[in-house]
Amino acid sequence: MSSKSQMYSQVILKDHLRETSLVNDRLILAALFAIILFTVVITRLVILQIMEYEYFDSLSNNNHVDIGALPPQRGLIFDRNGVILAENIPTFSLELIPEQVVDIDKTLSNLAMILSLSSDNITELKQHINNQRRFNRVVVQKLLTEKEVAKLSVNLHRLPGVDIVGRLIRHYPYGNLFAHTVGYVGRINKHDQETIDELNYKGTMWIGKTGVERYYEKILHGIVGHRKIETNVQGRVVRESQGVVSLAGDDLFLHLDLNLQRVASNALGDNKGSVVALDPRTGGILAMVSKPDFNPNDFVTGMSKKEYTILRDSTDRPLFDRTLRGYYPPGSTLKPFVALAGLEFSVIDEYMKIFDPGWFKLPGYDHRYRCWKHNGHGYVDLKKSIAQSCDVYFYNLANTLGIDRMHNFLDVFGFGHRTGIDLPSENKGLSPSRQWKRVNRNLSWYPGETLISGIGQGFNQTTPLQLAQAAAILAMRGINALPQVLRYRRKYGEDEMQLQLVVRMDSLEIVSNKNWDIVIGSMIEVLHGEHGTARHIGIKLPFKVAGKTGTSQLFSIKEGEIYDEDNLAKNLHDHALFIAFAPAKLPEFVVAIVVENGGSGSKVAAPIAHTMIKNYLRYR
Amino acid sequence: MISPLNYRQQTQGLISRSFSNGIHMDALLLLGLLILLSVGLMVLFSAGGRDIDLLLKQLIRAGTAFIVLFILAQIHPDKMRNVAYWVYGLGLILLVGVLVFGHEGKGAQRWLHLVFFRFQPSELMKLAVPLVVATYLTERSLPPTVLRLMIGLLIIIVPSFLIAKQPDLGTSLLIVCSGLIVLFLSGIRWKIILVFIILCPLVFPILWYIMHAYQRQRVLTFFNPESDPLGASYHIIQSKIAIGSGGVFGRGWLKGTQSHLEFLPERSTDFIFAVIAEEFGLIGVSLLLFCYLLVAGRGMFIASQAQTSFSRLLAGSISMTFLVYVFVNVGMVTGLLPVVGVPLPLVSYGGTSMLTILAGFGILMSIHTHRRMMVP
Repeated sequence: MSSKSQMYSQVILKDHLRETSLVNDRLILAALFAIILFTVVITRLVILQIMEYEYFDSLSNNNHVDIGALPPQRGLIFDRNGVILAENIPTFSLELIPEQVVDIDKTLSNLAMILSLSSDNITELKQHINNQRRFNRVVVQKLLTEKEVAKLSVNLHRLPGVDIVGRLIRHYPYGNLFAHTVGYVGRINKHDQETIDELNYKGTMWIGKTGVERYYEKILHGIVGHRKIETNVQGRVVRESQGVVSLAGDDLFLHLDLNLQRVASNALGDNKGSVVALDPRTGGILAMVSKPDFNPNDFVTGMSKKEYTILRDSTDRPLFDRTLRGYYPPGSTLKPFVALAGLEFSVIDEYMKIFDPGWFKLPGYDHRYRCWKHNGHGYVDLKKSIAQSCDVYFYNLANTLGIDRMHNFLDVFGFGHRTGIDLPSENKGLSPSRQWKRVNRNLSWYPGETLISGIGQGFNQTTPLQLAQAAAILAMRGINALPQVLRYRRKYGEDEMQLQLVVRMDSLEIVSNKNWDIVIGSMIEVLHGEHGTARHIGIKLPFKVAGKTGTSQLFSIKEGEIYDEDNLAKNLHDHALFIAFAPAKLPEFVVAIVVENGGSGSKVAAPIAHTMIKNYLRYR
Repeated sequence: MISPLNYRQQTQGLISRSFSNGIHMDALLLLGLLILLSVGLMVLFSAGGRDIDLLLKQLIRAGTAFIVLFILAQIHPDKMRNVAYWVYGLGLILLVGVLVFGHEGKGAQRWLHLVFFRFQPSELMKLAVPLVVATYLTERSLPPTVLRLMIGLLIIIVPSFLIAKQPDLGTSLLIVCSGLIVLFLSGIRWKIILVFIILCPLVFPILWYIMHAYQRQRVLTFFNPESDPLGASYHIIQSKIAIGSGGVFGRGWLKGTQSHLEFLPERSTDFIFAVIAEEFGLIGVSLLLFCYLLVAGRGMFIASQAQTSFSRLLAGSISMTFLVYVFVNVGMVTGLLPVVGVPLPLVSYGGTSMLTILAGFGILMSIHTHRRMMVP
């Protein structure tokens, strides 16, 4: 027994010894292999550092060869008449490289004398320099004047490490006027870096942040080039050699019209709100104003954190593009579309009349839904109901149609959908339906909500662009030309323009021609009828214009109460709305206006449309 | 009955009773590592533009990594052997997790966001693969049979493929390398090794197929440096100038112009070797390489002194892989190999690779200091 176990352990021991010597042999081989690898490396180093030393040393010592990226010139943006809206202008800035400056304090105090920098500036700069890597450039002063450049150039030789750098920067000559639509460029930030092609943006400092600048960033940016720059040990450029030139971005010609934009902006004045004007035949956006606005040039040169915070946190929200993102109840401007739905589903006809006592009651309920006109409109047919914006007529119509039919019909006019305009971050709006309410609010639909939806109140939310586009589809009797800001695009160096065609155009087949006539006829009545809500502007126009006023409530007035503007906080005042297209017969011009807290649509919004139509005529 | 004292004496009949052995540290190895780290910090100060914050961050990382080293050194190699499959399995799950949920940074999914820190499962695999291959092969006597060899290969290839998918071809190849070293050390027959070498060229088309476009680009620029002046070959051109201009004695600490005038990219991380070569010359880099050889040599010595085949294989693989890292990095910086983004161990700025490498050395120390007296 004992000898057996002895034998067993001997076998193990033998095995173990064999394994050990096997692995140790291999370890020695591996070590030899490692030594061979390292001999290769050392040989390589000897070649580089001893045999080719002089070659590399001269490369390093006398001329450092750097491959410099040549950033492309950003494409320009023009309006429809070739007026420049975004250009590149040369500027000079003073920069220093901390590592190459002999005495930072002395240099800064010297610069302070030349540039008249305050001591606060100096401390801020010093802090900035200390927080940076020592070989990174630090901007001392941006946007140097010619005088400053001259003064600095003379003194540059005794300021090592300091340099004047010339750059093209983006400039928007009309400042606030196109702040939202054309947008602006800003410094490339971390977030941008993830989406861009790093190589193509080598040397590029700015990137489109909003509006056209952002939507067409790829086209505007161009393609990077590169060249060899030879610099000496101090980092000064000795020689530049030819490389590959950069390819400038394309120039864009927009549908926008500077003159009309200006008129719209002036007409809106200090009001908050927006104006969208477009050509319904092409979808081309002629004017797009959102107020209050801001100066996009501030974003290019960079503003202080404080300035930005003020802009961002202002309760007036100047940075917010109301034309694309603002949500407003469409109010009575929705009525022509609801009327069309009624005709289409044969719920009403041109001649059907109802009696408006000033209120409407759902059968079986006590609540009175009131008309804006307290005493009622008496007997009302379709024409009158639109011309005088009778609420009771539409309560009745909406009730008969039901929310589902109404929703499906409005859907076709784009309510609750993005228009697909070539601008970033457009909002969808909201056209309520039974299903929407169930999914989003987890509540069932109440009949009363159908009534107020019929007059564009309640859950309804539209953007001004949506209103304009819906009006355009109506004006064109069902032809839907996608809204488009870009008109032409020009490759750099080419003369001819390639027409940027409207991307999509479709037409609704559901409405009979007669129904269009009836509704458009009623909308003409708004401006030209005896009792039309906008007759005060209609009589000033030499041809027929179709339109619709709207006054959307933000504040629900309880039964029996009266809307008292004087005693209501300004931000609860009604929004004033107006949509119109001209000429009514062969429309070429559609405008949608929203004046926030402006009060009555006919008093506040309609006159703006009048000014614009008048101007448009002259321009034509 | 075995008293605790008795047990201790039995299991820990130490060959040397020095203090360092008592806390399971190997003094020589520790000294070598500390020298390399100090050199690293000194060069980093220069390469990073005298940035103290950068230095402090690196120091904190090194400290953390040393704690991990110390903890691993306390664990008996047998215990590591026992958990090998579990660690490997966990690593595989995490790798799949990275592919599915991973955080995408610069086009590559390598990071897994855990609650407190970002974690790269491929780093875990750098240790888990040699560990599990060594465990598996030593379950039977060596040299392994052909079947066991094939299974060993499979163990290596599965995680490597997942890592290559991330895509991190460099790490993937290094892991394959660490696994193959274990196979080599296990004494597989020369005939089989010969077949491997012959089959090697067949692998290249497969590699080419799984490579991403940018990786192919790098390989192409390696063979034709002029084709991509703004990209990868720019790195090589600049780093060769830096190394060559260093000469025999170098320009002196903090005096390298290539790095300080911004010509050398990634000078704190993957290309830090070029900064050393520029500032300390051929003498400096030779000394540094000698240091690496000494550290790895001590590791090989530990492997040869180990008492089980498992420990021998594991220690040998860890030491050799360490040298391979150095070779790949220096080869890349000097233009011998394509640019594959492997940091210079213990010197380059960055925490993840340092953690893995010091953890490896923790295992080495554990192997060396848990030896028992041979029963006479």
